[in-house]
Amino acid sequence: MTLLAVEDLSLGFATEAGFASVLDRVSLSIERGQVLGLVGESGCGKTTLARAILGVLPRETARITGGRVLFRGADLLTADPASINQTIRGRAITFVPQDPFTSFNPVFTVGDQIMEILKWKSPRASEPAGHGWLPAVVSRYPADRKRADLDAVLELLDTVQLPRPKQMLRKYPHELSGGQRQRLMIAMALLPGPDLVIADEPTTALDVTIQAQILGLIRRLATERNVAVLLTTHDLGAAYEICDAVNVMYAGQDVESAPVDRFFAAPAHPYTTKLLASLPDASGTASGIPGEVPGLITPPGGCRFHPRCERADGPCRDARPPVDQLGGGHWVRCYHPHGGIR
Amino acid sequence: MMGGWRRELDRFTRDRAATLGLALLLVLVVAAVFAPILSPFPGDVATFHTANRLRSPDAVNWLGTDRMGSDLLSRILFGARITITIAVVAVGSAVVVGVPIGLVAGYYGGWPSNLLMRVSDIFLAVPQIVLAIAIAQTLGPSIENVILALSITYWPFWARLVFAETRSLKNEVFIESAIALGASPLRVMTLHVLPNIASAIIVRTSIGMGATILTAAALGFLGLGAPPPTPEWGRMIAESREFLPEAWWYATVPGVAIFMVVMGFNLLGDGLRDFLDPRIRRGAGAK
Amino acid sequence: MTPLSVRDLKVHFAVRGPFNRRIGSIKAVDGVSFDLMPGEVFGLVGESGCGKSTLGKAIMGIHEPTAGEIWFEGQRIDALAPAARRAVRKSLQYAYQDPGASLDPRWKIGSSLHEPLLIHTDLDQAAREKRISSILEAVGLPDTHLDLYPHEISGGQQRRVGLARILTLAPKVVILDEPTSGLDVSVQATVLSLFRSLRETFDLTYVLISHDLAVIRTMCSRVAVMYLGRIVESGPTEAIFDRPRHPYTRSLVAAIPRIGGARVTRNFWLQGEPPDPGNLPSGCRFRTRCPKATDLCAREEPVLSTLAPGSVACHYPE
Repeated sequence: MTLLAVEDLSLGFATEAGFASVLDRVSLSIERGQVLGLVGESGCGKTTLARAILGVLPRETARITGGRVLFRGADLLTADPASINQTIRGRAITFVPQDPFTSFNPVFTVGDQIMEILKWKSPRASEPAGHGWLPAVVSRYPADRKRADLDAVLELLDTVQLPRPKQMLRKYPHELSGGQRQRLMIAMALLPGPDLVIADEPTTALDVTIQAQILGLIRRLATERNVAVLLTTHDLGAAYEICDAVNVMYAGQDVESAPVDRFFAAPAHPYTTKLLASLPDASGTASGIPGEVPGLITPPGGCRFHPRCERADGPCRDARPPVDQLGGGHWVRCYHPHGGIR
Repeated sequence: MMGGWRRELDRFTRDRAATLGLALLLVLVVAAVFAPILSPFPGDVATFHTANRLRSPDAVNWLGTDRMGSDLLSRILFGARITITIAVVAVGSAVVVGVPIGLVAGYYGGWPSNLLMRVSDIFLAVPQIVLAIAIAQTLGPSIENVILALSITYWPFWARLVFAETRSLKNEVFIESAIALGASPLRVMTLHVLPNIASAIIVRTSIGMGATILTAAALGFLGLGAPPPTPEWGRMIAESREFLPEAWWYATVPGVAIFMVVMGFNLLGDGLRDFLDPRIRRGAGAK
Repeated sequence: MTPLSVRDLKVHFAVRGPFNRRIGSIKAVDGVSFDLMPGEVFGLVGESGCGKSTLGKAIMGIHEPTAGEIWFEGQRIDALAPAARRAVRKSLQYAYQDPGASLDPRWKIGSSLHEPLLIHTDLDQAAREKRISSILEAVGLPDTHLDLYPHEISGGQQRRVGLARILTLAPKVVILDEPTSGLDVSVQATVLSLFRSLRETFDLTYVLISHDLAVIRTMCSRVAVMYLGRIVESGPTEAIFDRPRHPYTRSLVAAIPRIGGARVTRNFWLQGEPPDPGNLPSGCRFRTRCPKATDLCAREEPVLSTLAPGSVACHYPE
């Protein structure tokens, strides 16, 4: 059974200027232990999609207008929010954010913050989180479970190559470097024993050598622990490095998906090819993409890329292209794909 | 451009409290400017009619008369002039002294700035009323001395505000780049820093006016302001003390006047703060 | 004549303890020397904390150098009086990471563009307008923008205005500080091509500071690699990327993903993090992470010495 299947998800945000259609019938699927890259530039909706899967969209302004998010067969959008809070979020699905610094509370040590998570989300916990009527601060943390949790933490900190784990737990977030904080976030994401980790641009804020270390770490841990990873990024190089498959999004629509080697060797969608062509290479020739990303309050009709695409014609403006299976797990949504049949 | 002004006025008037504040102040200004025309007995500022003393409000004297028989309404209207003069001159000189000091201290930093800020701390430590008493003792009670006492003790507020704002603004990229372009410190301070902190200064000034009037009234109440028969509001309240509670109008009328003016400045100040700040932020986001 | 020369430049920041006593220093830039060639694009590359941004700002005079010399057009500029320093800024300019942020939000764009000319030249209104007009054309912006405020135009256009402002002075050397940081890949390509065309039109020399090796590779003719305040290797771009000699340069180059090639993250060999800049290791700064480190490396700090076609600071270069 597919671990996660997003089917035709559409949602938007109510803003002062109107309703912004941030996701338009987006689909993706991840198998157990697979690393899927979600690639797109700013404004494409990849972070919103990650938040929708986690169920942490802003309640007042976000409106889901269609689609399903099936996790282990059950639709997360219609499930009981309390049960999602207890069993799914932070347990079966965890999150590694883009900026690890602001995700930490600056006035508590990292050890305190990690143990607090395990108080509720430890795989060894017998009762589901938030079950009792006592407030969190005064509920019990059984001593034997606490010891077992602490051992698990130290072991995982070692696995993510953090030096001297015991001393690390006593430090405050500002005493750590960006790379160390990100390793901590990865460890914290793995501690509850999840099936899926959503990593939102986890290496964007890091230096290139640290980035290489962190990406390698994510890949290794995913394989060793059979944990699926949804990696959102605008860095195609990072996607190439560790993903099994890549999905491309543009302005809230998903436009192409393929296994990684095929994706980079034979991209089909014009946006994908242009994106790959804008990577600076040794010869110094890199072309940009003319035009700008459209606003989402009145987005272009049909395929949202058509205003910037030289292949666009009538059908592109009228209706969104359907999914076109190109074989070998490669699909594209385009009326005029490269190497295409239409 | 004209359309812009009207739109801004529209947006301002949406804030009821701020509009009320503005209205109250307009009343003050009109009262002060047109006092001779509006007062039913303009001569009562200087002449006495002891036969009429302590009349309660009636058809002739709408707000009653004081212990010398002068029409309270007229005296209040002329008193508005004194109030405005004290507020504008005291706060005005505090601003004129405090803002440049704060600018220079915030821009340059180092020991000169420390020195300037410590000097301002010294002045801050002096209580206004005590200083006013001391000045009145040595130089004699007068409106000018009240203004002197108020402005000497008040300029540090602006110096500190401008110092803090300048220091934080100095880290902004556009300030650094103006310096990198070769702009002289004077140019940066007056043309770049000052316009960007103007809204904070304006808000503080408005509220400062209200506070100054209150303090000036207190000083007048203590007898440190102008000698009689100057129709200073605070002094009028002081005079009324021995005739309370029968001559209730004698204390109430100047009290209400003070209250309205101070509230007017405070409401306006609050309203200006809301009006000026989100505008910049909102404008920046409306791409 | 080299337009810009830096000799053994040092910029140290004091670390202060209680009672404001100086208890240590952060050697952000610790002995950097290079000469700029006219018309080239000289790259300064390194990771965070290497001192490249501090170096750029020190050249501009935003940070005071602790030691060393900066020579611009044959004149020593690091110890100049403020007024003379300001005059130098006419020809030596600095483009921020987001040039749009360099615009005063309360000034109209036209005023911001006139300002450099008002400060440095005696041109009258008409002459200034003519110059500004031609520069707006060069950066691809319409004249109508002059009446707008920065927040009324898009981010990309703000960027162009910021660049136009620098160019009104017809500088000789422009220091570009992380010009593509945070930009999407497709926008990045447009921005870089704009820089290229401006260089040709205005005959500029660039110092390009970036942590993005791909950008450096595509724009620069010569590159200097910095680590913890020093240049560890420098040379022509091709040589640096194809045949890096210093172990740190090798690790940087090895970290770049190569689409279509082998996965670099699988066996990436550089471990750990750079040491605390306030507490540098003895001898070579890189030795704590270097697979080749020996006792010599702990005793003696290697000096940047010529090793054709560039220079390397290592006891055991490849």
